[in-house]
Amino acid sequence: MKMRKIIGLILMLVIILAVAATLVKIPFGAPKTKVGSYYIENGTRQTGAANIVTSVVLNYRGFDTLGEVTVLFIAALGLGAITFTFNKRDRKGSLTPSSLVLKTGCKFLFPLILLFGTYIFIHGHLTPGGGFQGGAIIASAYVLIYLSCREKEVKRNRLITIESIGGLIFVGIGIMGLLFGGYFLFNFLPKGVLNTLFSAGIIPVLYIAIGFKVGSELAGIIVDFITS
Amino acid sequence: MGFLNSYIYYIASFGLIFIGLYILVAKSNLIKMIIGLNIADSGVNLLLISIGYIKRGTAPIFSKPNLNPKLMVDPVPQALVLTAIVIGVAVLALALSFAVRLFQHYDTLDMRKIKEQRW
Repeated sequence: MKMRKIIGLILMLVIILAVAATLVKIPFGAPKTKVGSYYIENGTRQTGAANIVTSVVLNYRGFDTLGEVTVLFIAALGLGAITFTFNKRDRKGSLTPSSLVLKTGCKFLFPLILLFGTYIFIHGHLTPGGGFQGGAIIASAYVLIYLSCREKEVKRNRLITIESIGGLIFVGIGIMGLLFGGYFLFNFLPKGVLNTLFSAGIIPVLYIAIGFKVGSELAGIIVDFITS
Repeated sequence: MGFLNSYIYYIASFGLIFIGLYILVAKSNLIKMIIGLNIADSGVNLLLISIGYIKRGTAPIFSKPNLNPKLMVDPVPQALVLTAIVIGVAVLALALSFAVRLFQHYDTLDMRKIKEQRW
């Protein structure tokens, strides 16, 4: 046991020193990389989104984001497969029911949190936020409702349907770009006026799809954990 | 003090990565190892974000007409970390479900007692 800790410490030191040696050449607060400057100078003109991070995520690196969403989907799928094999036991009887104040408060907060998450992912191209963040906020609403009102059941099948529709919209818009513009995820919709809600072409549509997909996926993870 | 001021984010993120990896190697409780993995994940995210920072920078969002594009921070690491955080949550959930399944099978979370996993 002692030996293992010492070996671990030495290993960590070697890794940290190796990474630090490369980072010495990148001083903190230095001017940014060429690709970052290019995105900032040309991003609003080329994509129509005020938020440059969003235009990087969904326009310049849109195919990457499809990969990330797929990784999330595979993780949720694996989690569902593992929780399916859990030894099921009845936990509902052993828990004390939550009080009236808690239940009413959570039922009051639940739609407000959903609304806030929706706001975050619809305004992803204008303000900080987007589909991933909005989806995480929506999933947190499900945590709240599951921890307070245990007798409320969320339909797992509905979550799966929403998740699939979100993924299909993402891929479908990509293929429509292939038809209209010649390459996958081409921004074929009009770009509109900068800093308005209906701008940036396909970016808000994609972020709405991602918001629904990530929200239902994370909510599904929570449902899998709590009901198993 | 100048050194500390200019490198405090690097030092903090290295500290987080170090703590996380050390927990991963030295601890034998599975839940603690997963927590260590998550701490190292946060350290990597902080490191990426702080590499993209520039002095007195603003967020890379053109919300007002008269913003200086030269002072905006690098958007590429932010876009990377944005997705990495969500993937981190999914990986954490997957690891925790493995831990639950292992506990149900072996009745212990101590990795030294789980025979097939010993090193």
